[in-house]
Amino acid sequence: MRALLIRDLRLALRSGGGFGLGLAFFLILAVLVPLGVGAEGGTLGRIAPGILWVGALLACLLSLDRIFALDHEDGSLDLLATSPLPLEGAVAMKALAHWLVTGLPLTLLAPGLGVLLNLAPPAYGWLALSLVLGTPTLSMVGAFGAALTVGLRRGGLLLSLLVLPLYVPTLIFGAEVVRRGAEGMALGTPLALLAAISLGAAALLPFAAAAALRVNLR
Amino acid sequence: MILETTDLSVARGGVTVLAGLGFAVGAGQALVLRGPNGSGKTTLLRTLAGLQPPVAGRVMLSPDAVAYAAHADGLKSTLTVAENLAFWASIYGGPPPERAIAALDLAGLIRRRAGELSAGQKRRLGLARLLVTGRPLWLLDEPTVSLDVASVALFAAVVREHLRQGGAAVIATHVDLGLPEARILDLDPYRTRVLARDGFDEAFA
Repeated sequence: MRALLIRDLRLALRSGGGFGLGLAFFLILAVLVPLGVGAEGGTLGRIAPGILWVGALLACLLSLDRIFALDHEDGSLDLLATSPLPLEGAVAMKALAHWLVTGLPLTLLAPGLGVLLNLAPPAYGWLALSLVLGTPTLSMVGAFGAALTVGLRRGGLLLSLLVLPLYVPTLIFGAEVVRRGAEGMALGTPLALLAAISLGAAALLPFAAAAALRVNLR
Repeated sequence: MILETTDLSVARGGVTVLAGLGFAVGAGQALVLRGPNGSGKTTLLRTLAGLQPPVAGRVMLSPDAVAYAAHADGLKSTLTVAENLAFWASIYGGPPPERAIAALDLAGLIRRRAGELSAGQKRRLGLARLLVTGRPLWLLDEPTVSLDVASVALFAAVVREHLRQGGAAVIATHVDLGLPEARILDLDPYRTRVLARDGFDEAFA
């Protein structure tokens, strides 16, 4: 399993791997929104938690279809499915690799971009914490969606439509944590729910995604 | 017996293409599947590999026995030859890649990226993957496509050595592999429908 993780990380970081695309998108969004909204009236600071979370979510979405599509095209998905590696483990490792090259860098970048969006100072720590707890869900749910749509032409659009509704709870609770953090309110409940969704997704979705892959490979 | 099937029927796209197949492959034996395009060779191999369930009948083999080689070689073009082989070796926990590199004459290419190889070199790398799996039963789908005469001979020698060590192989092919000892199974009598000649189904296989 470690070999698969290392291979996927290496592929993502080599040329043509698409690493940085999501990060660049996130950066562009955080630079453009202040220009569009304008700085006066404190509007920017109020919408910053939502903007940052929506940005992180869309940035994550950009690279989802590559999780299985590339392996399907070059035939290695068939070979992985017949290998001694359990498909559930392969799915989990590929989701983890996706998180390491998108979710984790997004989390590290987000506090810096909070400055651009005039985010209230107490919220920076909560922003990073909410992204650390929430972005694994984005990768895991995304891997499930990618498993459902693997092998379809132009599957990316369908993948987005399938996955976005499943992202809604994470978005709501993630942005809520940051908003409450910015206003100094108690945020234990949304934080716990955010973590619960992540843990639930990590526990259940590898099995669902592996089942979807088995059907799609027939 | 490494592989045994009884009354096996396989389907592609919901249509049964082969029915009533019963054959056995033991240690040291090779079985060559013959049949025109669209006769179900790929479908049969995918069923044997466990990628799709049979419509009827049984496939008896140990799930730990199979190494499958499809039309596509499953190579990552941005990884080097050595990295590609090392990945599959660690997935299967098989023998180290040195012997596979020597057997398929890849020593001069190990630092090259797989994307920079010619079609025949890629195929040789794909076949070298079989050696690092350490699995006894090879299921090969058109293994000699894009190989030149010398490489076909190289490949035949690799298969023969594999059989000598107690392995087995089921090979779908159109061309002569230079394996006169291999049994030939003509799939024509087992087909369930008549295809137009030169059917293009193979493109969707």
